[in-house]
Amino acid sequence: MSLSKERNDVTMTRLAKLAALAAVGTLSLTACGGGTTVTTTAATSAATSTSTAATLACPTGKLVGGGSTAQKLAMETLTSNYAAECGNKATIEYSGTGSGAGIKDFYNGQIDFAGSDSALKSEPNKDNVIETDKVEARCSAPGWNLPLVVSPVAFAYNLTGVDALTLTPAVIADIFNGRITAWNDTAIAALNSGVTLPDTKISPFFRSDESGTSENMQKYLAASAPTNWTAEPAKTWEGTAGEGKKGTQGVADGVKGVEGGFGYIEWKSATDSQLGIAAIDNGDGAVELNADSVGKSLLAAEAAGSGNDLAIKLKYTDLGAGAYPAVMVTYTIVCSTGLAADQTAVLQDFLTYVVDPDTQAGMVDLGYAPLPEELRAKVATAVAAIK
Amino acid sequence: MTDIQDPTRVQLPPPNKRPDAAFFGASAGAGFIIAALVAFIGIFLLVTAIPSLRKNTVNFLTSTQWQVGEGDLAFGIAGMLWTTALSSVVAMVLAVPISVGVALLITQYAPRVLGNTVGFLVDLLAAVPSVVYGLWGAAILAPAVQPFAQWLQDNLGWFPLFAPGLASSGSVFVASIVLAIMIIPIVTAISRDVFEQTPRDHIEAALALGATKWEVVQTAVLPYGRSGVIAASMLGLGRALGETIAVMLILSTTNDTSINFSLFAGGETFASKIANNAAEFDSATKTGAYVAAGLVLFVVTFAVNAVARVIAAGGKARS
Repeated sequence: MSLSKERNDVTMTRLAKLAALAAVGTLSLTACGGGTTVTTTAATSAATSTSTAATLACPTGKLVGGGSTAQKLAMETLTSNYAAECGNKATIEYSGTGSGAGIKDFYNGQIDFAGSDSALKSEPNKDNVIETDKVEARCSAPGWNLPLVVSPVAFAYNLTGVDALTLTPAVIADIFNGRITAWNDTAIAALNSGVTLPDTKISPFFRSDESGTSENMQKYLAASAPTNWTAEPAKTWEGTAGEGKKGTQGVADGVKGVEGGFGYIEWKSATDSQLGIAAIDNGDGAVELNADSVGKSLLAAEAAGSGNDLAIKLKYTDLGAGAYPAVMVTYTIVCSTGLAADQTAVLQDFLTYVVDPDTQAGMVDLGYAPLPEELRAKVATAVAAIK
Repeated sequence: MTDIQDPTRVQLPPPNKRPDAAFFGASAGAGFIIAALVAFIGIFLLVTAIPSLRKNTVNFLTSTQWQVGEGDLAFGIAGMLWTTALSSVVAMVLAVPISVGVALLITQYAPRVLGNTVGFLVDLLAAVPSVVYGLWGAAILAPAVQPFAQWLQDNLGWFPLFAPGLASSGSVFVASIVLAIMIIPIVTAISRDVFEQTPRDHIEAALALGATKWEVVQTAVLPYGRSGVIAASMLGLGRALGETIAVMLILSTTNDTSINFSLFAGGETFASKIANNAAEFDSATKTGAYVAAGLVLFVVTFAVNAVARVIAAGGKARS
């Protein structure tokens, strides 16, 4: 009896692993964020249970968006919930093609809004394309960057017997560059008095595919530990130690598979994989990853755009106590005006639904952080101003 | 001698040349389309790759850097070439003996029913999608062979090929095993066909001289099939070189710019690197760099297949 149960358990874990890998497989060509199939269903049911206070106009029409895979799960859930609220009057599609492809498709007029891990750039890129100009040409009006989906990044570890761990950006940078190689290194021990650290080797994991997550985490490390992280932040991970895995779920599986594993992954993946999440000491004491601490660091961010262009520039230092700094803000990029009237109506109505306080509060269940009220109100104003 | 019929007196209907011409046209067209396709792919690769290659600041063939985002372009294929070659060659070394064994079993040893069943099972392996091989390899095979891999690293680590590598099991070693399983069907199928064609006379002559079953295989079947088996191995190698998804799901990448010669290191093959980053081809120069890597894979695969053809043709001429 017990033997057969054990066998069953073994099969189950294998199946679970396969399911997780299958999720990586299906997302594999684009995976930037994402999660497992299991999480999608759980998340959907959690989010549908929240009722919405906003009054929706529910126009009919069809809207196509695409881009960042980091907000794919959020967009899928939000679009299907919106459709449910409105009795499927409008069709809104979002495909995770990657931020770069999303912006390109948007200014080429193939899609109606774009999701991106970074705001539109006003400097020419290598092909001498200026994204803001291209978007302005498409819309005959400036494009707006609307921060809607906030994706905190967890520094996840797999260390038996260690339930709480605090790290600083300098230590994280040193781990990813191979200068700190054991968990009981004095630099880590100094931050974790009272925690018994094993002498396990640290096995760092990073994203092997280009991703906004890698870029944002490198921006964070370069800003808050400039002497320890000297590489230029880019979509490719520049750390010299460890091994790369495909997609956030690939990294999570890698960390999970090796005792002493360590990696940066999206919040949802860390909790789903039941990995430890390190608290970060940015100079004002250890801060755990939660909706409040993420909100605090968003409030400290500076505005990078003007008017209703709400691009923000995250601050990584001097955030004050209780702010969790490793955050990625992904944007919904829209035409301020210029879409066909029926499409504008659908876009405006959908975004009104997204910035609704109740909808935002439900984002935590999907592994995203809600927008802090001050910023949420600004986005709501911008959404109302779309013509 | 004189009673041979005069051939001109045989009555044939007047020849209708039109179907003949039509069929010739159709088959020549099909052949032309293939040649044109290959040419167009080659031209596309060249045209897309050349602008990026011109801007490249390091040696494309010998550098291990891959810097194609911001800043100056600096990309080279040495690391990928090593990982691609190592994984494919190891896969071939693992697969060929098994395939030859299976082909001999089917054609020489097993009763027809058993042989057909085994042949059918091997063919089934070819029907499994490569993404399934990748998932299976990463989730089940990798942990299963990890103790053996660890043993090799601990005891034979002095040998560069077995030097200690990754912390996880996403190594070239596991990728090679999966690739071997993937090319077994193709190598087996061709070897089987070749062995089946061993002239009955050769086999009976060997038997008449008192040869045992193994001696028959040794003296008649294997020498006859040698060139066919070599050609089959090369075709398998060509398949392994280009395999994408399975390798991508299994292999861990590293940011180490020096080539690690160990089987237990990670890395990227041409195909896995291109597929892994395809989502972020946001500028023409970046795309060009990846296409340049694809061009090298195209040339290598082309060369391997050409060699396979030459060997196969040589074998036919001799027999």
